[in-house]
Amino acid sequence: MDIFIQQLINGVTLGAVYAVVALGYTMVYGIIQLINFAHGEVVMVGAMVAFSVISALAPAGLPPLVIVAAATGCAIPVCMLIGYAMERMAYRPLRGAPRLAPLISAIGISIILQHFAMMIWSRNPLAFPQVMRVESYSIGGATITSVQIAIIAVSVAMMGGLAALVYRTRLGTAMRATAHNPQVAGLMGIDANRIVALTFVIGAALAAVAGVMVATYYGIAHYTMGSQLGLKAFCAAVLGGIGNIPGAMLGGVLLGVVEALGAGYIGDLTGNVFGSNYQDVFAFIVLIAVLVLRPSGLLGERVGERA
Amino acid sequence: MLDAIARLKRHRAAPWAGAALVALALLALPFALAVAGTTWVRITNLAILFVLLSLGLNIVVGFAGLLDLGYIAFYAVGAYVYALLASPHFGIHWPFWAILPIGAAVAALFGVLIGAPTLKLRGDYLAIVTLGFGEIVRIFLNNLSRPVNITNGPQGIARIDPFRIDGIDFSRSDAFLGLAFSGPIKYYYLLLLVLLAVIFINLRLQNSRIGRAWEAIREDEVAARAMGIDTTRLKLLAFAMGASFGGVAGGMFSAIQGFVSPESFVLVESIMVVCMVVLGGMGNVWGVILGALLLSFVPEFLRFTVEPAQMQIFGRVLVEPEVIRMLIFGFALVLVMALRPGGLWPSAVRKRELAARGDSLAGKAP
Amino acid sequence: MTRTHFLLLAIVFAAAGCGDKKAPASGKVSVVIGSVAPLTGGIAHLGKDNENGARLAIEEANAAGIKIDGKDVQFDLISLDDQADPKVGTTVAQKLVDTKVAGVVGHLNSGVTIPASAIYNGASPPIPMITGSATNPKVTEQGFKNVFRVVGRDDQQGPAIANYLAATVKPKLAAVIDDATAYGEGLANEVEKTLNAAGVKVLPRERGTDKTTDWKAVLTKVKGSNPDAVFYGGMDATGGPLLRQGRELGIKAIFSFGDGACTDNMKQLAGEASDGLLCSQAGIPPQAASKKFLDAYKKRFNIDPILYSPFTYDAANLLIEAMKKANSADPAKYLPELQKIDYAGATGRISFDAKGDRSDAEMTIFTMKAGALTPIAIIKSGRTIKYEDFIAQSGDASKK
Repeated sequence: MDIFIQQLINGVTLGAVYAVVALGYTMVYGIIQLINFAHGEVVMVGAMVAFSVISALAPAGLPPLVIVAAATGCAIPVCMLIGYAMERMAYRPLRGAPRLAPLISAIGISIILQHFAMMIWSRNPLAFPQVMRVESYSIGGATITSVQIAIIAVSVAMMGGLAALVYRTRLGTAMRATAHNPQVAGLMGIDANRIVALTFVIGAALAAVAGVMVATYYGIAHYTMGSQLGLKAFCAAVLGGIGNIPGAMLGGVLLGVVEALGAGYIGDLTGNVFGSNYQDVFAFIVLIAVLVLRPSGLLGERVGERA
Repeated sequence: MLDAIARLKRHRAAPWAGAALVALALLALPFALAVAGTTWVRITNLAILFVLLSLGLNIVVGFAGLLDLGYIAFYAVGAYVYALLASPHFGIHWPFWAILPIGAAVAALFGVLIGAPTLKLRGDYLAIVTLGFGEIVRIFLNNLSRPVNITNGPQGIARIDPFRIDGIDFSRSDAFLGLAFSGPIKYYYLLLLVLLAVIFINLRLQNSRIGRAWEAIREDEVAARAMGIDTTRLKLLAFAMGASFGGVAGGMFSAIQGFVSPESFVLVESIMVVCMVVLGGMGNVWGVILGALLLSFVPEFLRFTVEPAQMQIFGRVLVEPEVIRMLIFGFALVLVMALRPGGLWPSAVRKRELAARGDSLAGKAP
Repeated sequence: MTRTHFLLLAIVFAAAGCGDKKAPASGKVSVVIGSVAPLTGGIAHLGKDNENGARLAIEEANAAGIKIDGKDVQFDLISLDDQADPKVGTTVAQKLVDTKVAGVVGHLNSGVTIPASAIYNGASPPIPMITGSATNPKVTEQGFKNVFRVVGRDDQQGPAIANYLAATVKPKLAAVIDDATAYGEGLANEVEKTLNAAGVKVLPRERGTDKTTDWKAVLTKVKGSNPDAVFYGGMDATGGPLLRQGRELGIKAIFSFGDGACTDNMKQLAGEASDGLLCSQAGIPPQAASKKFLDAYKKRFNIDPILYSPFTYDAANLLIEAMKKANSADPAKYLPELQKIDYAGATGRISFDAKGDRSDAEMTIFTMKAGALTPIAIIKSGRTIKYEDFIAQSGDASKK
């Protein structure tokens, strides 16, 4: 039983990471129906900037929270800038274009970001200096560390903050209106371009936080880390219903738990014919099964065909 | 001078002469390339394989409008079917003309298997599911080495038989009519033949009832169904046909490389093929060919010229060639899409659409 | 359509026209050696390290002013990126063959080396290729006479670390994890085989991928069975997080690794958890053999060697040495010399057996003590020799 609880803890923490990244995907998709393939790379840049800041500050002997806060504080503006640049230069010109054109553009941007990161931060996997003291607590025989608790707390806070922004503020109303019907929103005096740019920027800020989280949790960053994480988070967003904010959170946590339980139990369930090596397959199969039964994702709206 | 050319162009036999010139150029190409090195013939062969893949994906994405991000799985299936039936792995050594149709059939079967659950899914959901399937196939190929060793896992299958016709071995050099036919050159001619057949099939498909039904589904599925088109059957047909081309290309890839392993079939490759199709001009057979050729040749061209170019201009290497290659590639993707969102050579339908751009924020259906 | 075809032909011809021939310094004969490794992608840092090793050897040879066949020779290095992808590997291999290089140092991944070696073998005359990092046995089992390896094979390294584990740690139950790559799985298979033969019970294999950063699920499962020892076949980028997370979960077993994760990076990646780990490397440790190499590398590249650079350094030097002995840079002429060479390199004494493998390859077992990789034993010809004894035995013969 303690193994099961441990796997749950692992899964929920992993899922929380996926969820924060998925929020960025889902926000952008909700507004302009674009899969921002480069989002994972923005997370990577956030992690890299955090690495530079933490490495620079670590010897100074400041309290760990201050160091992490400083890292986040530096990562967010950098990522926001990248998000804004992406939107202005690569996506805005493609507003009326066939659906796949922005996708290709996003792929191009992701390649560019990766290789600039490689030039700036080198090809080596970067190890984060350990600034936080990891405390372990015991729950029912399983261990949970302070970092894991922090990650879950931060993602819940992020989601809460984002939900508050989208559902309780005027800006949020403007965003929802633009997502629903841009022409009418325009008639109401909402500048669609500004809203879209803002969405990208907020999504990028979330990516920066996610980058810092991932980096401090695993202690390692590499210029290729964005693609794997981005793909999983994108699956999480789709699983929950892309365009739907609580859906992204649900999808993220669900995907994390499915992966953890899959890795932990497939072997036992199938007599070791299929082992933990199939954990990704397991996750994809769950995703596909959910989509087949609910084609718009778990919490997705039943939208008709957009002509 | 221009007058003379204009008059020549209008001559009755001009299309034939043009075609003959192209045919001659294609036939002589490998020998011209071999002057620069056999590596260019190899690169050309790989490029033709990618053209085949792009044409296959074009059926799914371009004709039928189904966004498939896991297309490389069919390539992998074709490659492994060939590897399993023509290598020391199981000790089976069937001739290639028997295996390639089997590869195509197995790939088509996978196409149907992958397509079936996705019939009700909308564009981007379809994308993620096909992506998932592509990864699933790769992971299975990577892990089916225990408990029963079927695919030999990450170690891959080596010493795959090359093609053999009548004692002519495609992996070795032969002299014929005073010319040296190296292995890659022989494969080139075979690939060219297959390519011409595939282009022919694609063009005929595009203008057939099936092709027009696909177009209807792509533009408006509900209306298509209302017109009496069996969308289920046709979508599955699109997947199956696209997959079968991938399967044939995969079999040839196996024989040419002599070695196959799951790491050649990662997600990045699927995405590369999608880039080729979209960049070239989705739905337009010639555009897709152009896209595939450009995205295959230009990075190779850059690989071998970036370093000397930097040495010439700066006297030393400022940015490493591998990095520059990929940066140029990335920028090219962004630029081409910004300037020509319909692709370099859009289909007629796309051109009309772009001319009358809507003013919604979202893009039109693919 | 015709226009496009001609445009493409033009591009191709233009490409054909651009070669990368370098003109040698006046009066000298140019001998070109190729170095191939993944210079982009997940293990790009290791690929660069390989290239550095070969480059250092070439530069030192040029500085020493070598004469072959009475003429002054300038060695040039062509360094190509194979992206750890077999497709790209065969393309660049063909390029090297077309450029008629005199020899090749590479590749890094076994999965790329195997098909590429066929291309070098298909050249006439076959171009000698020495790999400093591909450890899969299949590389030298293809029957190619021009393929050599200066690093040990997985079927030597696996038993070495497994036997050491069985003899010193004496586990009753062991867990084996791999990263689902040709290298990781190959090594893990050998370790499992040896452990089984030594009577150690081994848990069902667990696997990640070469990009896994979250091992918690797999490790939790392993923890449930409470093994005394864990072996991981994979590289440091994934091995470090594995070790760190294992300790975070409270796993007390000894963690052991192969040469892919036997780097100083493990200290940063796993932090304090890295203390007490065991790992193996092929060849004798650079600390024991050649301080000269370590200093020269540090001076030239401003970083320490990461993993395989001592091997690629030796590989390049072996090619040069064979050319000197044969008094010719023609592969047909110096290949026989390479086959019977006996050379003292940065990684120890090197000679090749009939298959092209390093004869009597020594394996070193390391442990991480106080943040530094410290050698503790040498496995040679199946015997385990304590490190201090090995140094005492070989005296000055192995020190350069």
